[in-house]
Amino acid sequence: MRIKSSAVVMTIYLLFLLIPIYWLINMSLKTNTEITSTFSVFPQTFTLQNYVTILSDPSWYMGYVNSIIYVTMNVVISLTVALPAAYAFSRYNFMGDKHLFFWLLTNRMAPPAVFALPFFQLYSSVGLFDTHIAIALAHCLFNVPLAVWILEGFMRGVPKEIDETAYIDGYSFPKFFVKIFMPLIASGIGVAAFFCFMFSWVELLLSRTLATVNAKSIAATMTRTVSASGMDWGVLAAAGVLTIVPGALVIYFVRNYIAKGFALGRV
Amino acid sequence: MDKTLNNKAWFLVLPVLVLVAFSAVLPLMTVVNYAFNDTFGQNKFFWAGLDWFEEMVTSDRLHQALGRQILFSAIILAIEVPLGIFIALNMPKKGFFASFCLILMALPLLIPFNVVGTIWQIFGRVDIGLLGHTLAAIGIDYNYTNDPIDAWITVIIMDVWHWTSLVALLAYAGLQSIPQAYYQAARIDQANRWSVFRYIELPKMKGVLLIAILLRFMDSFMIYTEPFVVTGGGPGNSTTFLSIDLAKMATGQFDLGPAAAFSLMYFLVILLISWVFFTVMTNLDREENH
Repeated sequence: MRIKSSAVVMTIYLLFLLIPIYWLINMSLKTNTEITSTFSVFPQTFTLQNYVTILSDPSWYMGYVNSIIYVTMNVVISLTVALPAAYAFSRYNFMGDKHLFFWLLTNRMAPPAVFALPFFQLYSSVGLFDTHIAIALAHCLFNVPLAVWILEGFMRGVPKEIDETAYIDGYSFPKFFVKIFMPLIASGIGVAAFFCFMFSWVELLLSRTLATVNAKSIAATMTRTVSASGMDWGVLAAAGVLTIVPGALVIYFVRNYIAKGFALGRV
Repeated sequence: MDKTLNNKAWFLVLPVLVLVAFSAVLPLMTVVNYAFNDTFGQNKFFWAGLDWFEEMVTSDRLHQALGRQILFSAIILAIEVPLGIFIALNMPKKGFFASFCLILMALPLLIPFNVVGTIWQIFGRVDIGLLGHTLAAIGIDYNYTNDPIDAWITVIIMDVWHWTSLVALLAYAGLQSIPQAYYQAARIDQANRWSVFRYIELPKMKGVLLIAILLRFMDSFMIYTEPFVVTGGGPGNSTTFLSIDLAKMATGQFDLGPAAAFSLMYFLVILLISWVFFTVMTNLDREENH
């Protein structure tokens, strides 16, 4: 009896989650005339035209390319600086470590709106405005602390004896770190990379403020269409579906670690 | 784990320090600079002292945005936390269906914030959206672009849709860490469902729930993109939350002084809450280790 009621609860909840997404997919497969003239749960005249529009128009697909470029840069930068730092936090006590750790956390909690304007001026003054690297660096604000926290959580789970044995066996620190330690926390690195990817991918405010043309993200491209008169719903829906795809593809690999990642490595 | 004292570890932290200093401290100093100065352009600044702070502390606009923000965060927490726990208790414990539920539930968390806005913007519209259309068909007067109450309901349901899974996933992770022996002991004692929840499951979920509540509080407190896309802060100012108001002030009207003073106060509030969060969490960590 109990199994039955829980199945009902889960079915209702999952339907609640999936119906809006289904609606978006449904819209993306309709023509604009059908969207505004008839109301139907399935596309009457099935069309891929909206996707063709996006994939053939540079002002659309360059949005995805730009997003992917700065997200990749951000993931690489974040992980490169966060790995040694997380190791330091998980293995050593040093002067001011607690304060530093707390300070990193505050950056994760800082509202991006506070930083939007100063970022704009900072990057304009050093000539980085409207470049991919500017957005990648700006997103480090919340991704580096996140990566440090997640990695620290995973590194804690690796017994210290492994480090000590490796040093006795004559490994230098860099060699030990790359050859032995990194494979041990491979899943942690994967999860950290995934979360950096995700939070950089979903962020709108900073990427919209820091780019106008050359590095304009897909998120910014989509909001411009929203404000334009004569809404192109089909294309907008198709663009939305395409932004979900990368996330949906990688969820499968990190499904068992998602909770741990969101808990900042502390489950 | 006991750690060794080693101040050379600072070298490992140095890259993070430099990077975050560049992307956080420098901009923050700019904000501080604006907060105490006035300018007529051309990089000429005049000392304005605490004028901007006075203006902001006494401004109705800020009070209203703050009021809406607190109300919003309170409603969000009141719905999402109990619902998330409830969902976690009903999730399958293992096997194919457990993974299946995990993957589907994680889906909304990984959709770009503005697309979440777009989904609900389309879904809620009376002319083309399933929700809006269905409500209109059964005779409920619903229009989130004109009616402030409808706009609020839409934004809240959207946030519940978007983030309840986070609370559920964290609570689920907490539940999974409870050894089977605890439940067997409860069965021997003939404990009812409520006592099992109250004395076994809830205490074990305490740590992750704390994280869930604080993450949800922080993120809802600085929500920007989703309501911006769906309602644009309207109708009127009814869904203008703190971040939306701030972005309007800073990048829309270029009222740098007031916006900067506003930013600093906003940041201090967050800092205070983060500190409480951090203290409670490290204390919990310590308790578990002893």
